[in-house]
Amino acid sequence: MTLQAVLAANRFGLGARPGEITDIGRDPREWLMRQVERDVAVPQVIRALPSSAQAFEAYRELQEMRREARAEPASDNKERDPVANVRQKLAPLYLDQVAARYQVAVASTDPFRERLVHFWSNHFAVSADKALVAGLAGTLENEAIRPHLSGSFAELLLAAESHPAMILYLDNQGSIGPNSMLAQRASRRARKAERKLDINENLAREILELHTLGVNGGYTQADVTSFARVLTGWSVGGSRGPLAEGKPGVFEFRENMHEPGAQTVVGKRYSESGGAQAKAVLNDLARHPATANHVATKLVRHFVADEPPLAAVDHVAKVFRDTNGDLPSVHRAVIELPQAWEAAPRKFKTPHEFVISSFRALDFVPDKPLQIAAPFQLLGQRPYTPGSPAGWPDTAAQWDGPDALLKRIEWATQLSDRLRSRAKPLDIAAQSLGEALNERTRTAISRAASAAQGTTLLLASPEFMRR
Amino acid sequence: MLRRTFLQSAFGASVAALTPRLLLADAATDSRFVLVILRGALDGLAAVPPYGDGNYATKRGALAITAPALRLNGLFALNPGLAQLHERYRSKELVVFHAAASPYRERSHFDGQDLLENGTTRPGVARDGWLNRALSVLPAARMRTTEQISVALSQNLPLVLRGENQVNSWAPSRLPEADADTLQRIADLYSTEPYFAERLQAAVASNEIAEGGMKGGGRDPLGQFNQLAAAAGRLLVTDDGARIAVIEASGWDTHANQGAEQGQLVNRLRVLDSGLDALRVSLGPAWNRTAVMVVTEFGRTVAVNGTRGTDHGTATCAFLVGGAVNGGKVIADWPGLATSSLHQGRDLAPTLDLRSVFKGVLATHLSVSESDLESKVFPDSRGASPLEGLMQRA
Repeated sequence: MTLQAVLAANRFGLGARPGEITDIGRDPREWLMRQVERDVAVPQVIRALPSSAQAFEAYRELQEMRREARAEPASDNKERDPVANVRQKLAPLYLDQVAARYQVAVASTDPFRERLVHFWSNHFAVSADKALVAGLAGTLENEAIRPHLSGSFAELLLAAESHPAMILYLDNQGSIGPNSMLAQRASRRARKAERKLDINENLAREILELHTLGVNGGYTQADVTSFARVLTGWSVGGSRGPLAEGKPGVFEFRENMHEPGAQTVVGKRYSESGGAQAKAVLNDLARHPATANHVATKLVRHFVADEPPLAAVDHVAKVFRDTNGDLPSVHRAVIELPQAWEAAPRKFKTPHEFVISSFRALDFVPDKPLQIAAPFQLLGQRPYTPGSPAGWPDTAAQWDGPDALLKRIEWATQLSDRLRSRAKPLDIAAQSLGEALNERTRTAISRAASAAQGTTLLLASPEFMRR
Repeated sequence: MLRRTFLQSAFGASVAALTPRLLLADAATDSRFVLVILRGALDGLAAVPPYGDGNYATKRGALAITAPALRLNGLFALNPGLAQLHERYRSKELVVFHAAASPYRERSHFDGQDLLENGTTRPGVARDGWLNRALSVLPAARMRTTEQISVALSQNLPLVLRGENQVNSWAPSRLPEADADTLQRIADLYSTEPYFAERLQAAVASNEIAEGGMKGGGRDPLGQFNQLAAAAGRLLVTDDGARIAVIEASGWDTHANQGAEQGQLVNRLRVLDSGLDALRVSLGPAWNRTAVMVVTEFGRTVAVNGTRGTDHGTATCAFLVGGAVNGGKVIADWPGLATSSLHQGRDLAPTLDLRSVFKGVLATHLSVSESDLESKVFPDSRGASPLEGLMQRA
């Protein structure tokens, strides 16, 4: 068991499971490379989940029921806040997605690949806080991220931006070109249209700012507006009114909403027509040097340090540019960074990482979906609800508040109490941290008053809280 | 009680003994300041509709609130969701600011919030927040540690409170408490790791005070606001309690179906309104020594977008409320909503630098000297001079 194997399991993977450090053996890099180079089938428990179209259908049925209930004459039947109601009824969909995600994460023998799934899912974040997306949040990860980690960033980008969860989360489904057929027809029909038909900038802005170029990537407000015009018509089928056409919950390009004519985005003129125009813009954004830099910075921040060393960022960005964003090459470049193998852990685990690694160390995952989701929420990171399209933050300062630390300790106590009859805490510690286990922690665990307390001390130890 | 025992044994002193109460009962150390950050860009033209502006109804179309009930004066009114705040206005405890903005002029939420909190003129340049920097120079910090006088009502610290001064944090929990013996052993384990030791000590201390038998919390981003506001009151009210608190509330990014006299945004404002009132109630008599500042990163477009919402804009409103506030007025150098007056032809133009408001409050309410304000708290802010007359006492 070498320290390198420990780092591979804990820094690149999701925290060592019993036996994992031994299994990694003498060539930790090779163990990691294997996970990104071959295509891995989407795990069965995830394939068994309802698709985004089915989840959307469930939302639509609920909306329909609400509408009918409202149309009925007033009665004593007081309905609660309808939005909260919809969310509650979509909860089983959401919880099943959460449960599947963490069952896979805890059991996985490809934990580096799973970490990358989580990383990219967070890069293209959608939030279940929005009622419309509540049942769809996990589907973007499973349908757009998982199948696209062995291809190029351009393919991943296209899959994420055209996924119904993204379009609905960032409000593009009803974004209408002011000179589109629909807008023109509406203005002919009613002189004082009850509402003006126009664009919504949200998706365009977040693609530029968060998903590709980055906030200092050199675009302007004019680029946001013209890109928003390019994206008009990128919609989802099966809503009401002008959004009715198309398969429910499936990407639908609406020609009649699309702003006609050429647009200039980030210095280039796009004269393509229809939905191809946005594809062309996305394709160029995916290959832009600012995108390479933005993505490299985030990867290095995730795997090396909150303050990403410039040399490491430059290396990963160069590989991104040289390979046109070939993701296996980019991920390999991260593995090859010498800075990623320094012995001292520099990353403070997020709640998500802390809970997964605790479960993996203890080889345990709760049975019921609600119990699986609970610790993430209690520790401040309810799955798929990052609160903003920027995704969950990836720096310690966002997670290391005093109260957050105490809550981790409280949760670790509860978990250890519950599992008290299982393996000996010193064995668990050795399997989980290997050579990284501190002498001080080993002594504290060996002197613990009970096995449960010993396990709590392991999970609360500084070396377990970091990776 | 388990924790109190733990504190005494682990750190050799009780919370009370660490804080020489009553030594500092003068005004400078007794003032309470609460910063409420609304994340997502609150629409100032909906929260404080300028119903008297001749261009408002046409420019705002379906989202205009044209006949508001909660009027402030002939030009401005409060959103129908802000009934309690209107009461505070009538009792001269509320100042409303309009056409206000931080120095940020782009439209990224994340950079906008960064700059609002770091107190400089550019995002990303400072790793610490202005309120953390202010802690070093507060009279209240002379006799007590910064950890004792400041708290974030969240598990983790918002940027505005991050920095070299230690700050406490508190959020409600549904977890059972860890027992004193385990905490003691963990404290021992951390004794060579100050990073962990300091945080554990602070968290255990604040938990003693804030727990008012509250458990759980809503899932809605705003669902917890009431609870957090009431807890903030409890943490601030006692003689040896905190003096500075920060509460965050997200969910203001109304790109679609924002609503006018009723709807999504009104509902959210109602939650904000009742939470601020819960804070007032839980502060009791200390409300008279309190100022609460409510701010957001930027405003939203004047025009309605294609999905009955509004996109990212520039200037917006802000509120200063509290028993110590010299209120009952609107402070706005109103630029108007004529197209030629708009920022870049689309947004409410900024005419008031939020740093002037912050500086005005820090100077009079918290007795921070002008030189400290210029050099430490808001570097390079000479152009934004402190607003005067915001507080009852000079």
